Amino acid sequence: MSITLRINGTEHRLDVDPEMPLLWALRDVLKLTGTKYGCGEALCGACTVHVNGQVVRSCVTPLRRLMGAEVVTIEGLSPDGSHPLQRAWVELAVPQCGFCQAGQLMTAAGLLKKHPQPTDEQIDQSMAGNLCRCGTYSRIREAIKKAAGGGKP
Amino acid sequence: MKFSSLVPLVLSVAASACQTKTERAKLPPVAPSELRSVAAFAIIEDERERSRALFLEASRVLLHPRCSNCHPNGDVPLQGMEMRPHDPPVTRGPEDHGVVGMECSGCHQDRNLQHARVPGAPDWHLAPREMAWVGKSAAAICEQLKDPKRNGGKSLSQIVEHNAHDELVAWGWQPGHDREPVPGTQAQFGALFEAWAKTSAECPREGDQP
Repeated sequence: MSITLRINGTEHRLDVDPEMPLLWALRDVLKLTGTKYGCGEALCGACTVHVNGQVVRSCVTPLRRLMGAEVVTIEGLSPDGSHPLQRAWVELAVPQCGFCQAGQLMTAAGLLKKHPQPTDEQIDQSMAGNLCRCGTYSRIREAIKKAAGGGKP
Repeated sequence: MKFSSLVPLVLSVAASACQTKTERAKLPPVAPSELRSVAAFAIIEDERERSRALFLEASRVLLHPRCSNCHPNGDVPLQGMEMRPHDPPVTRGPEDHGVVGMECSGCHQDRNLQHARVPGAPDWHLAPREMAWVGKSAAAICEQLKDPKRNGGKSLSQIVEHNAHDELVAWGWQPGHDREPVPGTQAQFGALFEAWAKTSAECPREGDQP
């Protein structure tokens, strides 16, 4: 089955098993390896991307549901790493090992799009599905606030 | 009201409740994984008692964790037969479909995922707060189901249709990945509700158990 979708603004036609999870297509077929495999069961958030503007876990999203969809991965969040969240992440040195950070950023970006000035509760609720084994949660929250305010958290 | 005048009333209510229990005792035994057919309830002659018994039978589905887990009495869905809080921690959100970044459809697909074992069905979401079932009796759920203010504005026939054919309701019988399904079949469940509605949709008494 052939599936056509746009990823980071570029149209791709994929001749793959329609049940293949989007994450496999991104990493193994298209070599977009910024999106990470963590658990494969939608439990950790490492594979988070946007599909038609919605925050989704790509490890459990079958390609058959994505015909004509608009997908944005960490590689497409900004052309040059200048998204306010990416700048805040760098300024506050948020990552430690870094493995979960692409997913953290994609969820945070979805949050700020819907709630440009999120409350602590909104941050906690939206980011609750993105696990960080290094425990960078407090810096993640700080960086989201910084990006939201454009200055101090 | 004098005590002496209360006695006959109390005795009458007690007798009626006993009669209900006796009537239901005539029903054939049923395995936990099955539902009695509507025909089995013909043995209960009194129509109102039959109606109550039909609802109690259907409540075995409603009160099963597979169904109740998404009718929580709060903002967090439950999981498993032990009805533990959903992990990852998700919350209801303004429209019962989660919050940004943690929307139900961000993980739950239109059908069960065999390998990832994530359950799925069309329009996966929580029942609204006013449709909470967890911690409630069959009697309370029955009254709630009949109340348009607490059932999404549905008529009795719409409730029957919903229970008999809704795709998310149907998931209860096909939960995937070794999950215990609710008893019987959706066709039987729909038939029980249809028969209940046709017999004046009586609600069980508080304390009645299926």
